[in-house]
Amino acid sequence: MKLLWLQASGCGGCTQSLLGDTARRGVLERLAGAGVDIAAHPALSEASGEEALAQLRAAADGSLAFDILCVEGALLRGPNGSGRFHMLSGSGEPMIEWVRRLAARARVVVAVGSCTAFGGIGAGGDNLTEACGLQFDGAEPGGLLGAGFRALGGLPVVNVAGCPIHADWLIDTLMAIAADAFTADDLDELQRPRFYAEQLVHHGCPKNEFYEFKASAQKLSDLGCLMENLGCKGTQAHADCNVRPWHGVGSCIRGGFTCIACTEPNFESPGHPFMETPKVAGIPTGLPLDMPKAWFVALAALSKSATPKRVRESATRDHPVMLPAGKKGTRS
Amino acid sequence: MTRIVVGPFNRVEGDLEVALDIADSRVREARVSASLYRGFENLLIGRDPLDALVVVPRICGICSVSQSAAAAAALAAAAGIATPANGQFAKNLIQACENVADHLTHFYCFFMPDFAREAYAGAPWHAAIRARFVAQRGTALADYLPARADFLRLMGYLAGKWPHTLALQPGGTTRAITPTEKVRLAAVLREFRAFLEGPLFGDALENIAALRDAAGLAAWSEARDADAARFVRIALALGLDRIGRAEDRFLACAAYPETTGAFLPGGVWHGGETQAFDTAAIREDASHAWFAGDAPLAPASGETRPLPDGKPAAYTWCKAPRYAGAVVETGALARQLLAGQPLLGELVASHGASVLARVVARLIEVARVLPRMEHWLAAIEPGEPFCGEWRKPESGSGSGLIEAARGTLGHWLSIERGRIAGYQIVAPTTWNFSPRDAAGQPGALEQALAGLPVTDGDTNPVLVQHVVRSFDPCMVCTVH
Repeated sequence: MKLLWLQASGCGGCTQSLLGDTARRGVLERLAGAGVDIAAHPALSEASGEEALAQLRAAADGSLAFDILCVEGALLRGPNGSGRFHMLSGSGEPMIEWVRRLAARARVVVAVGSCTAFGGIGAGGDNLTEACGLQFDGAEPGGLLGAGFRALGGLPVVNVAGCPIHADWLIDTLMAIAADAFTADDLDELQRPRFYAEQLVHHGCPKNEFYEFKASAQKLSDLGCLMENLGCKGTQAHADCNVRPWHGVGSCIRGGFTCIACTEPNFESPGHPFMETPKVAGIPTGLPLDMPKAWFVALAALSKSATPKRVRESATRDHPVMLPAGKKGTRS
Repeated sequence: MTRIVVGPFNRVEGDLEVALDIADSRVREARVSASLYRGFENLLIGRDPLDALVVVPRICGICSVSQSAAAAAALAAAAGIATPANGQFAKNLIQACENVADHLTHFYCFFMPDFAREAYAGAPWHAAIRARFVAQRGTALADYLPARADFLRLMGYLAGKWPHTLALQPGGTTRAITPTEKVRLAAVLREFRAFLEGPLFGDALENIAALRDAAGLAAWSEARDADAARFVRIALALGLDRIGRAEDRFLACAAYPETTGAFLPGGVWHGGETQAFDTAAIREDASHAWFAGDAPLAPASGETRPLPDGKPAAYTWCKAPRYAGAVVETGALARQLLAGQPLLGELVASHGASVLARVVARLIEVARVLPRMEHWLAAIEPGEPFCGEWRKPESGSGSGLIEAARGTLGHWLSIERGRIAGYQIVAPTTWNFSPRDAAGQPGALEQALAGLPVTDGDTNPVLVQHVVRSFDPCMVCTVH
């Protein structure tokens, strides 16, 4: 399958994350082996300048057939709908025009990263550049291509959201597409691949014991749960970061810092400082999505009173101060 | 006179367009344009100060940690927070991991594939180089990408993930590693050293760092079956040691703080003389950029007001930073000149900053930094603190200057009523790829391109590709 990749208004970090895939001989061989031919990519193609432009022109006018269009980066509609805040260099035309034309010729369109899916970090604040996603503007369907858009293969835009993506999220999506094993049923309501978006970051959280006992960190680098004070959205964010490690060993929470729900629309504008938990009467407002609030509060009070000393003491340190006790009668 | 416009520029980070005016088979003038505006400085205004740590890494996916580090330094300066020793060593390791990986991603993915092009089909070395370095399929990538992925495990342990970590905080880092993780990290560094001393250099890092002069470099390259040696041989055969010169005035800030002093010194290097770097000498000029305001401003009082309808003399979204009014070049070559590395001093003394000198500087830097990473890791004491507590100032200001892979990166921020009131960023490629200033001085790349020979009718001169990529531009940082 021939793949064309465009970089719109983004940071290129999803490409960097992709290149960090842990395949034994590298991601490019892994994709090639799966039948994904990266015919054009701004960071990887030999072609540059006029030859690269000629290829895009041919793809846009139909004389060069291709299958998958990957777009990385938000679509800038500004100023005033003209798209002139991002001109595809050398072409004299706004990037959004290129994206519209190429999307109309693609069998599958993939939004790589939260910028491309929903608008992302650059859509925060006053959004002067009028940044949006391919088929969403924040959580609202629409975006550059419109809610009704369907690629030639029948799918809406596939939103591999994340800031950045985990390499596997994109690789597994592309390999499934190449194997003709990807359908509309594989997408959630925000058009994200369900294989990672039907999980919560909370699943497999390394701070699970601190969460259970509501033993909370007071500051970053503390071992305790980051939810009560430090803005962590792991119980609400759809992704499998703590089940599928980053670089084989890491994740945001494993790194000792807050999950900011970067796979979600509007994550860039949480309405509170990212690393502070908003509270009403001392109770965090952002509680787990599908748990009755009264139960959460009751359980939290109960579990706090049952917290083992070991967990309570370690929660506000950067390394454990006591070991888990052994069984009665054995040395701990 | 004819004008050719080269773009889109693939294998650079972000969107770049270069217009060349050609007469008598030479580039008369070059104009470098960044064709994207993103608006990061403005969307920081009014936010909680620590929110900068979420926002600024997302300026750039390849310099992400560098942006974090500069913001953390500016916040620490504004709040008067110190970093414990472990936190500083961990920050150095995280930054060095990004910088070293970036240097090699540039070498293997962005720069070397140009030698596999058809333009060199007649060269005796072409077939072998094409097999090794052709874009996406060269055998070198199957060596480099897995080695890079293994090296990035360091980010997994110390920073959770890369890019876009929140591990770098004003007071240190968020992840206190255990003694066993320290042992495991030593293995990560050891295994990456094996890649460097194998496919890349075919020699001990200490021998690379000790290369003293051009004759020694040439002799070294003749004797080696290694990627860096292949590059040196081709570059000398093509005369790339003599093209790409800009103003030969170099800027770096002190990099990688240690218990006393810094691993790499800062300063301004010109004609073999070194002066201290005075940040008060920086001004940003917007005379040829699509921004309001013609008077050059110090970054601490800078502003970024885009002009959607353009303005007559402007041709880019990149401002023109100047140091004491002069054009400077920043990057690994600047750092290594200021550190007194003798080979690079001789290369620049002979033919100025060249394609060869810039690429060799990155390779030398890789060979110098990895052993220092081993030293920083050894100095970490598990059990001791990694992070000092953040205390938000209601008002204040601070700057953070650090060395990213591509050169000096500065953040200037002010806080009023507990919120960010001003934020200005001067990125490495803003220096290197700046447009003309009010005095008409072209930026560093614009100077480096002027005078290049161009065959009549060639719309995509390969020498232009080499010179542009020798700077390892990062346009997404530039157009923050």
